[in-house]
Parts: sequence; C-alpha cells; structure tokens
Amino acid sequence: MTTERMSRWSAYLLVLLGALIMLAPFYFMFVFASQSRSAIFNLPPPLWFGSDFLENFKILTPRLPFWHNLGWSLYVALASTALTLLFCSMGGYAFALMEFRFKKALFGLVMGTMLLPSFMNMIPTFMIMDALGWIDQHRALYIPGAASAFGIFLMRQFASSAVPRELIEAARMDGCGEFSIYWRIVLPLLKPALGTLGLITFIASWNNFIGPLIVMRSADHYTLPLALRSLQSPVNTEWGALMAGSALATIPLLLLFALSSRQLIAGLTSGAVK
Amino acid sequence: MTMRLPASLRLSPRWAPYVFVSPFLVLFAVFGVFPLLFSLHLAFQSWEPTSGLGSMEFVGLENFAFALEDEWFWKSLKNTAWLALVSGVPQHLVAIPLAVFIHTSFKRLRDGVMAAYFLPYITSTVAIAIMFSSLFSTDYGLINAALSATLGMEHIDWLGHPDTLKPAVAFIVFWRYIGFNVVLYLAALQTIPKDLYEAATMDGAGRWQQFWCITLPSLRPMIFFGVTLSVIGGLQLFEEPFILTGGKGGIDQSAMTSAVYLYRMAFDFNDFGGASAMSWLLFLVVVVLTWLTNRAFRPRDEQRSGQEAS
Repeated sequence: MTTERMSRWSAYLLVLLGALIMLAPFYFMFVFASQSRSAIFNLPPPLWFGSDFLENFKILTPRLPFWHNLGWSLYVALASTALTLLFCSMGGYAFALMEFRFKKALFGLVMGTMLLPSFMNMIPTFMIMDALGWIDQHRALYIPGAASAFGIFLMRQFASSAVPRELIEAARMDGCGEFSIYWRIVLPLLKPALGTLGLITFIASWNNFIGPLIVMRSADHYTLPLALRSLQSPVNTEWGALMAGSALATIPLLLLFALSSRQLIAGLTSGAVK
Repeated sequence: MTMRLPASLRLSPRWAPYVFVSPFLVLFAVFGVFPLLFSLHLAFQSWEPTSGLGSMEFVGLENFAFALEDEWFWKSLKNTAWLALVSGVPQHLVAIPLAVFIHTSFKRLRDGVMAAYFLPYITSTVAIAIMFSSLFSTDYGLINAALSATLGMEHIDWLGHPDTLKPAVAFIVFWRYIGFNVVLYLAALQTIPKDLYEAATMDGAGRWQQFWCITLPSLRPMIFFGVTLSVIGGLQLFEEPFILTGGKGGIDQSAMTSAVYLYRMAFDFNDFGGASAMSWLLFLVVVVLTWLTNRAFRPRDEQRSGQEAS
C-alpha cells in the first residue's frame, strides 16, 4: 500500500513539475523584461522581477515603431476576425441546412484545403499578392484566409445541431427573406460557436508570422511578430528590450487565454474530437 | 415593421446557398487554385521575379533534376525527418501516460494543469523563439547556468553547434505541441465507458493490466489521428527553426528543414522555378508518408472493412 501511495505522489509531483516547466519560459520572459541588460548578464541570472521595465521599453521604442506595429496587429486581427465570422457562418449555415447541387463535392473541397501543407502556399501567395499589387498591404493578411476551411467546418458542425430546420421553414413560409433568415435567426443561434471561432481567429492572426514575412516590406507596416524578430541579431541583442516587447505582445494572449481557456481548448481540438 | 426589399432584389431560396458559399469559392479560386496551378507551371520554368514575367523560360524537368541532385535538398529532408521523429514520437509517449494520469487523479486542478500544458500552443512562435534563444544562450543562458550549477557541466553553445542545435529545436517543438496531444487524449479517455474498468477490477485486473488491455486499445483511433497530425505537422516544420536560426537554417544548415530551404530558395536565392519544383516534390513526400502512417496506424477493423469495400 505504501509503495502505491509513494508512486502516486511521485506521479503527482512529476505532472506538476512538468506544468512548471511548461510555464517557466513565460515566467522568465517577464522577469527578464523587468531587468536591465547588465542584470540579465549576471551569473547566476536574475530569478525574480526587477524594476527596469520602463527603461527596457525606452530602449525598444527608438529601434522599432512599437505602437504602429501593435496597432497594425490589432487592426489585422480584428478585420480578419470580423470577415472570418461573416464568411464562415454563411458557408457553414449553407452546408449544414440547405440543399444545393454539388454540395457534397464542394464540402469535400473545403475539407481538402485543410490537408494542403502550408509550404505549398508560400510561393503562390507571394506571386498572387505581387500580381494584385497587395505587397506591403494589410489586406493581404486578412482577406485570403477569411473563408477558412476550419471555420466553415466548425460552423457547419454547430449549425447542424443548434439550428432547427423547422424554424427556418416556418420563417420562409412567413415570407422572411433568405438573408434575413440568416441574419436574424441563424446568426443569433450560432453565437457560442462564433465566440469560439472569433477567439481562435484573433489569436491565429495575432501570432501570424509566415503571412507578414512573405508580403510585408516596410518596418512601419509590420505586425508585432515580424517587428520583434527584426530586433534579433547575432551580436549585442538588447535582451531586456526584446523581452519587454515580447512580453507586451504576449499579454493580450494570456488575458484571452485566462478568460476562455476551456472554450478555446475545446474549439481548437474540436475537429479531432467530433 | 421590417424594411422589405423589392421582390426583384430579394434572395431566392434557390440561389441563396450559392450566394452563402460564394465567399469561400471566390477566395479559394483566387488565393488557392490559381496560385497553385501557377506554381505547377512555374516548376517547369526558369524564372527570377526581378527580371519580369517575360524572362520566363520553359526548361522541362530541369528544376526537378536540379533539386534531386542538390545536396542541400537531401540534407533538408533528413533534418526534417529527424526533427519530426525526435520531436514527434516523445510527444505521444509522454502525452498518453500524462493524459491517463490527469484523467484518473486530478479533479479540481484538472483544468489548470491542462491549461498550463496547452499555453505554449497558443503563443506566438516569435515570442517562443526569443524566449528560448535567451534561455539557450551560451554564456548567460539560464539552461547553461542551471546545468553548471547542478551537474558542474561546462557551458554549451546550444544554438551554435550542429550537434546541439537540432535537439534544441526538437525540444522546443516538443514543448510547444505536447499540450495539444494531452488534450486530444483526455478527450478520448472521457469516451471510454467506466463499467469496463469496474468489470476489470471485479475480475482482479491490476492497474497495469487495465492500462494495457482497456485504455491503450480504446485510445488506438486517437493515437492514429494524433500521430497523423504530428507527421503532417512535423514535415511542414518552418517557424521554429526559421526564427531560431535567424532565417538561415543554422550553422552547417543543421536545422534547415525542407520548408526553410524552400523559403530560402525562393526569397534568398530568387529561384522561383526551382523552389516551386521542390515544393511539389515535398508535397509528394508528405502524401506518401501520410499514406504510410495511415496503413501502419489505422485501427485493424477499419483496415479490414476498407479492404472489403475496395
């Protein structure tokens, strides 16, 4: 009995230790963000928060237009969230509750686009943006992915269980137009799924690196991830400033995650579980 | 009360579904199909974007032949396979027992522990790479400081040496995606009926026996799914090695994955034809490996019924 107890407690400890290892890099990001350059280069390095956060931020701002980058990150994330919610709820509703020709084939196509490896898109994306004159334009970041396969799939799954067919039939009989059925009846019923998809889209856009890397050119138009990367250099990296910037870019994510981790986790793994 | 549109402008039920799926169709055609076909066309051309569309020249299979003879192409493939294996296999070996233990023993802390393991998955790769390049740095990095304080080890140039750069990248990938797998297995564990375990306990089966005879077989479909995702994801590995090595692939190209090489070929070396040919070769590799994983891991009964159907 005692050996089983022991092994049980050591397993508990291992799981919690693992959780600490998962969180440690975040902790040290915030610690280093608040320490001066010389303190970071001490041996042993600082393990607790310092008071130099503002100093670090002052080193950061002349090196990159931080507020512009933050603004663009926010703008692109909000635009991409709004468009994705609109397009994916429309598509998901149609696939879940309407009958039309080629429905099966089209849905197969939607699913197929999920399987395409991301590297296949790298060169074609650059070429089409170049052809459209969208290089260094933020719309190149939020328009192409706005009708994402994942979003349409998520919406279809939810709509087929949450929206009663009879309700739509009844509204149609009463002379309600197709667009108002979608806007006034379907959309409100989809609210929980819209929340999940909105969170996922916002976070994905906030973190997006490959997209801006390929199309954005001027530092003033960069979103945060690209701007922060441009500060990394092989020699003389200003670690304190870099950590301060990374911490500021991560705080919104941590807040969103703290408020909605259950919903987010369920949404992100929904394709697998259903 | 509601404003009504004239009948001619209202959406008819017949056309409504097509209107609703049209955003997907338009975006997919413009940003999906057309560029992809163009990249297939490009794979057979010699072209540098800086000299304009007119400079395109048909070269047949030359780009493919070049890729297959290219030392860096094979090296990048090997790196990708190594990183996918070394970061992918432990993810499942650790995530399964971890999920089982969280499932059986954690009640109140369950959501908190799950969230801690999941957090890296939703964090930006750039922030992660910046954090880890500081932690892994040679003279002032916390990892070296900890190793020398506890084990008396000498400082290691983790990111500057081929033998340690690859394991460092693999560790970051492992760290980042393990939580995702834990959540997948937790979801699968919840669907195993409790009475199976009760019956097994009645029959005198111990914990280990229950794990091997009930839990693991019930997880099989999820293992298949999770491993497939890891294989597909591992073969596309780009952001972590790219940012950690300053976009170059690291010393001696030791962390240059195929996707990183693809990027460099197009955007550093300006060889769009060659890069397109390479992307299609890589696509082929992904398809074949996904198919092989499918054969190796698919639950047995499904395999049989699949064979009967064909």
